[in-house]
Amino acid sequence: MTLSPLARRLLAASMMLGLVVIYVPLGVVLVNSFNESRTFGWPPTGFTTEWWHRAWESTGARTALATSVKAGLGATALALVLGTMAAFAVSRYRFFGRNTVSLLVLLPIALPGIVTGIALNNAFRVLGVSFGLLTIVVGHATFCIVLVYNNALARLRRLGGSFEEASMDLGAGVWQTFRHVTFPLMRSALFAGGLLAFALSFDEIIVTTFTASPGVQTLPLWIFSNLFRPNQAPVVNVVAAVLIVLSVIPVWLAQRVSGDTTGGRF
Amino acid sequence: MHARGHRWQLPIRSRALAALGAVTLVAVAACGGSSGGNNNAAPAVPNVPKLQTLGQGEGALNLIAWAGYAEDGTNDKTVDWVHPFQTATGCKVRTKIGNTSDEMVQLMKTGQYDGVSASGDATLRLIYGGDVAPVNTDLVPNYATIQDFLKNRAWNSVNNQMYGIPHGWGANLLMWNSSVVKTAPTSWSVVFDANSPYKGKVTAYDSPIYIADAALYLMKTKPDLGIKNPYALDQKQFDAAVTLLKEQRKAVGEYWADYTKEVQAFESGDSVLGTTWQVIANLINGGKKAKVQAIQPSEGTTGWSDTWMISSKSKHPNCMYKWMDWVTSAKTNAAVAEWFGEAPAQSKSCAETADKTFCTTYHAADKAYSDSLYYWTTPTTHCLDGRGNVCVDYSKWTQAWTAIKG
Amino acid sequence: MTATTAEAAAGTHRSLPRRVSGFLHRHAWVRLVGLLSAPMAWLVIAYLGSLVVMLLAAFWTTNTFTGAVVHQTTTENFRILFTESVYRKIAVRSVTVAVLVTVIDAVIALPMAFYMAKIASPRMRRLLVVAILTPLWASYLVKAYAWRVMFSNDGIVNWALDPFGIRGPGYGLTATIITLAYLWLPFMVLPVYAGLERIPDSLLEASADVGARAGRTFRSIVLPLLVPALFAGSIFTFSLSLGDYISVKIVGGTSQLASNVIYDNITTGNNLPFAAAAAFFPITVMLVYITAVRRTGALDNL
Repeated sequence: MTLSPLARRLLAASMMLGLVVIYVPLGVVLVNSFNESRTFGWPPTGFTTEWWHRAWESTGARTALATSVKAGLGATALALVLGTMAAFAVSRYRFFGRNTVSLLVLLPIALPGIVTGIALNNAFRVLGVSFGLLTIVVGHATFCIVLVYNNALARLRRLGGSFEEASMDLGAGVWQTFRHVTFPLMRSALFAGGLLAFALSFDEIIVTTFTASPGVQTLPLWIFSNLFRPNQAPVVNVVAAVLIVLSVIPVWLAQRVSGDTTGGRF
Repeated sequence: MHARGHRWQLPIRSRALAALGAVTLVAVAACGGSSGGNNNAAPAVPNVPKLQTLGQGEGALNLIAWAGYAEDGTNDKTVDWVHPFQTATGCKVRTKIGNTSDEMVQLMKTGQYDGVSASGDATLRLIYGGDVAPVNTDLVPNYATIQDFLKNRAWNSVNNQMYGIPHGWGANLLMWNSSVVKTAPTSWSVVFDANSPYKGKVTAYDSPIYIADAALYLMKTKPDLGIKNPYALDQKQFDAAVTLLKEQRKAVGEYWADYTKEVQAFESGDSVLGTTWQVIANLINGGKKAKVQAIQPSEGTTGWSDTWMISSKSKHPNCMYKWMDWVTSAKTNAAVAEWFGEAPAQSKSCAETADKTFCTTYHAADKAYSDSLYYWTTPTTHCLDGRGNVCVDYSKWTQAWTAIKG
Repeated sequence: MTATTAEAAAGTHRSLPRRVSGFLHRHAWVRLVGLLSAPMAWLVIAYLGSLVVMLLAAFWTTNTFTGAVVHQTTTENFRILFTESVYRKIAVRSVTVAVLVTVIDAVIALPMAFYMAKIASPRMRRLLVVAILTPLWASYLVKAYAWRVMFSNDGIVNWALDPFGIRGPGYGLTATIITLAYLWLPFMVLPVYAGLERIPDSLLEASADVGARAGRTFRSIVLPLLVPALFAGSIFTFSLSLGDYISVKIVGGTSQLASNVIYDNITTGNNLPFAAAAAFFPITVMLVYITAVRRTGALDNL
């Protein structure tokens, strides 16, 4: 498609504008983590590193971060297993209800989070399950499955079944084929899906609100309870700023590992 | 050759049916028995046992508290009565701030908390719902010296059995930004004026109980409506209050439930006028970003009388009793009262306040004054002013609140 | 001796793993059931099951005094939802917000994704994808709160518009739409970008070869091919906007949306039956939307 230089420049400009719009609020967060004023009036009246000191000492933030990481890892592991299994089933077999499986896997993320949250909360209550890290992991895994499923499915479709057939023709068993042939070819897709699942679980607040217990706080829950507090809100900004800066690493990693430039699909 | 590409029918249909069957079974189990009876009547008080002897602390305590009732130094380093409690009893405290009474009732129903500082519109619901246990006042030494007029009242006791330990009481005030609102208001009319000069910057408390504030205003300004008790409204009186609030909605910029949201809104100038608690005014003035004043307007105010209650499902009852005793001790109750800006329930606290005129200002020992406040109470069909079963109950208040906010 | 015996043994008696593997190989349906059982058990029994149980509660009521659920079947909740006009207003408002957010995001995402897919160099492309994905890690709450700060009376929006003499929108529905559009933008950019990447350059060149100008190519070739990707992105923006109750509380001022009705009735109203009845609305809308969008093939583009 031949584009006039004007068109090219306009598109480049819209890209720049889009990036600016995306990063200005993040910049505001970063600046406000140094803002002297507790209510972040603009322009900032003065700068201070006090909030960074407080954030460093905040045990609440650290515990919440640890809990979030644990929950994220648990949910990602579950999602990886269940999502891959479902992807295999859908891509390698024809069966009645195949399309329904795709729809079903999508539902937890397509229906509003509050519906999933209330439903799970009610179910746990009825079954008498005590709330805690386990219930949080269960909630997160449910909507993370689709992220792994889509990535694995796309990859499996692209690979086709010929590798596996060839491996089995040469005498490898079902499990051997998976371990030595299929899995290495799928690894990067699984990694991308797993990373997305972790990111989603890490930042999830709505379902978590309904599946947590008073003693277990993930990072978003901690942020929510401190967001409006005059003396705590700046600390929240610091935590957010750190997260933004640190998050470049896994995203970059995912890009490199996945090979193609789409970073994996949702 | 293996059966690749061979189309076959999996018994998916029967699996789906089995799944549906399982789901229905769970649903039926969840149904349990039917509990019939009149939907909105207060049932008999459930029989919940009370603690007989006080043992060792269990090492942990999960509280639901109003903002400012369980300060641990994070808001102000010098305001902390949670850490001394932890040191003294070994009970590690975790506090969840409840923004409204409704939220507190719902949180208590989860059974995951040990106790709550309940206002009068939550206490009876908790008692009749079986969510709280009666209190053995012999196990709380400080109870003896609590102001007598707070004991065995309608909202904290049933048949002379206390269901909690009184904490303190106070009023919902009118607050304004004195740099923006130049003439000091003296009446609630300033917040009910749809054409207010401060349109878009008025704020109000985000809970259906606020309808009582509108009813109180009507009680004094439209006596022909015949409102005697702002929590006992028949349909006509209720509709008048709702209409007033829908008018007010035009001037409101934001409703607040989280107290820090109101602090932030006043400090940034997004709100300049509205309902508040004394602690919010204190925080704003302490932050020095905005200057506010808070008064009790001429029509009177609604208020709250708070009681610490222990959950019927408490996992740490000993720690809860220790907390109830701690927070009503002379020094602590004085500290709480001064921080929050309310009248302390503990009579001995008046000698412990930093400001020696504190108790006089807040009328802490004045029963007549205390009774003049219209404390939060749950409206029921059975009118609280004795007119019979013609009043609008709280579920209608809740629905109306959604309609008011539009 | 031992070697021959071992060989003979291997020939006649295969090890257990080999036998299982062979069995699985020959009976594909066992593999299928094995693969499907765990995910389906999770999704159907745990997820759908709990959903159905909750929706069943919509036909009960509560004792308003104690908050306990009363197991008497009634359609009272639905009657209230259908007859009170405020709920209709809220429903319309929520759908409008979701549609507007989707449209805004699509409009912003298209040029960005086009630049990333067709104009940027491969190295630039990777950087740009990272740049788009990174904000997803910044906490949703913090981003919403940053917008609250920006929209506040003395915030950056008013400060930037001051020289032009206009005030910012302050808190309200406009602020909510802007904030939601901002939050879900990456969810629209990525599928559109993936969709654009799949359009081979040769196709576009061929179009130019037969004489179509850039605009015509875009309208007749690119856009139709992008429809599945656009709908894929819209599933996220639509669903996330419809289900959001937090951003409204942060930047929405006095506004309330459908999910606020659900949330308020669960947390403060203590009325699970009513909240469950209200939940029928977003669920129905999303199911209808997904079924409608499925035809365009969007589900393969997620």
